[in-house]
Amino acid sequence: MSTPLAQQPLVIAGRTFHSRLMVGTGKFASPQAMSDALAASGTEMVTVALRRADLSGEGDPFADILDFIDPEKYLLIPNTSGAMNAEEAVRLARLAAAAGLPKWIKLEIHPDPRYLLPDPIETLKAAEILVGEGFTVLPYINADPVLAKRLEEAGTATVMPLAAPIGTNKGLDTKGQLEIIIEQAGIPVVIDAGLGIPSHAAAAMELGADAVLINTAIAIASDPARMARAFAVAVDAGRAAFEMGLPVAGRTARATSPLTGFLDA
Amino acid sequence: MSFVDEFNRLPGIASPRLQAFQRLLEPGHDLEALAARAAQTTRRHFGKTMRLFAPLYLSNECVNNCKYCGFSRDNPIFRTTLSVDQVEAEARYLATEGFRSILLVAGEHPKFVSNGYLEDCVRRLSAFVPSVALEVGPMETEEYRPVVAAGAEGLVVYQETYDRATYDTLHTAGPKKNFDWRLECPERAYQAGFRRIGIGALLGLADWRAEALALAAHCDYLLRHCWRASVTVSLPRLRPAAGEFEPTHPVSDRDFTRLMLALRLTFPQVGLVLSTREPARLRDGLMPLGITLMSAGARTEPGGYTGAGREALHRTERGKIVPLIGTEGEYATEQFAISDDRSAGEIAEKLRSLGLDPVWKDWDRALAHQEQAA
Ligand code: SF4
Repeated sequence: MSTPLAQQPLVIAGRTFHSRLMVGTGKFASPQAMSDALAASGTEMVTVALRRADLSGEGDPFADILDFIDPEKYLLIPNTSGAMNAEEAVRLARLAAAAGLPKWIKLEIHPDPRYLLPDPIETLKAAEILVGEGFTVLPYINADPVLAKRLEEAGTATVMPLAAPIGTNKGLDTKGQLEIIIEQAGIPVVIDAGLGIPSHAAAAMELGADAVLINTAIAIASDPARMARAFAVAVDAGRAAFEMGLPVAGRTARATSPLTGFLDA
Repeated sequence: MSFVDEFNRLPGIASPRLQAFQRLLEPGHDLEALAARAAQTTRRHFGKTMRLFAPLYLSNECVNNCKYCGFSRDNPIFRTTLSVDQVEAEARYLATEGFRSILLVAGEHPKFVSNGYLEDCVRRLSAFVPSVALEVGPMETEEYRPVVAAGAEGLVVYQETYDRATYDTLHTAGPKKNFDWRLECPERAYQAGFRRIGIGALLGLADWRAEALALAAHCDYLLRHCWRASVTVSLPRLRPAAGEFEPTHPVSDRDFTRLMLALRLTFPQVGLVLSTREPARLRDGLMPLGITLMSAGARTEPGGYTGAGREALHRTERGKIVPLIGTEGEYATEQFAISDDRSAGEIAEKLRSLGLDPVWKDWDRALAHQEQAA
């Protein structure tokens, strides 16, 4: 009999999830490859870029990304990628809601189109507006502990700090800051961006992250479904280890029989 | 300060990044190894996707004489300027083909393509095309603003050649003679609020390595100074056109490929554009290596998609309108002959066969513009 690895469910904004892996839907070779990967990942939360979706409600077959994601199976979380300021992000979020998408929003505001680094000031501004309008807001941020607290106070459902800039595959580049964010957080912390291989995801979970979001690493794998599965397993492994309590690495070797045992004799 | 100052000091103080770029252009570098690295870098930053766009020619009237261009004022060709309704008809045709990203192209003519006209075209198209960009004669920042407000998000302006002396001999008349004014155009466009800025050099006019260095320096400058804009780089090669200009510095497929790979490795996140000027075989080969934006099924004459604008057709001789005789001039003259004449659907199919997803829509009006009041 095999023991299930991850026991604790993840709760975001009162909704319970059994998978701690979120998956992004951009950059796949085809919609089919994307939906196969989603299925293999076991994810329950999928983000989709609104700039690629048909928000006009006209059933545009050339902007059909939403047609390939079953809303019964996945919670669809629209994202505002492409927005450069709060105004644009808010406008996109409202459009998505008007188009009948869930009132959840992955808030991404990056004025710099190269590294896609999030703008902290505009993100906070937009978060305040959207929370006020009843959105469940999941903001993508730099690994900034103070900003994370400010967003939590503003009422966001999670914070989603980056591990490293998008497309870098560097893994937990911002580890020190992430530790502080996790330690201080009263809301789930989802580590986003920069996780390039399953062991990065496992390490993020061991660190105490509540979930991770993976897109590129799965989308560009030679077999995206298989890679999605590999990430799912890594996330479960990392989470289980975290829940069990990880041994603290010691700086010096410790003998099994204490060297100073004679003192107690 | 503008790029002109940095440009004037080239190649003197090329930065380490540009020096590395130059080394990649040397024949000693194993092309195959470059290709492998470029392919990997592209996938990491852009995924397995390719954005598609189509050019839409508004007018082939032009007051300039650019020796290499079929639209040059002195060329005796058939010309027309589309009405806004005709532009819409062409765009609607492109939309049925799938395009959600359209580049409006026009010659430079103050009488035909004046500011209000561009604005009207952009506003009309923005209603059903998420991404509208422009490739027209350079303008002042203040002239760009209303076009941006109307919904244009991208501006493309090629320097043609970065060699001042060559530039001077090729542009014999018209406002385009002013090299620096053109060189500073992307910065003015950025100031005016354009979100995507395209630059490029028309390959075949001067030594390609020198052009490449200047182009890379320009790109580098824009990345540092126009940090909010997406920069794209295009490498159009000269094609046969009216006027029969022959390239003085032809660029081989091999050198062309090397240049593209070097750009990809030097600027991993910059969009690289490949047009239908290139033959199908080369386009197919480059698809997986570094290109992120392609045109398809392109026509390079106004009205080329639907036949619009034929009733206003006229011929010019040395810039003067002369009446048409009999049935001559059924169609406006194209800017240049395209090479890859496959349809948008065929290109999409080819991309899929290479494991790439053709992306038609990657932009939404809500991102940059207030919705137009109904
Ligand atoms: S290149 Fe442009 S400016 Fe020059 S003649 Fe052609 S259309 Fe006119």
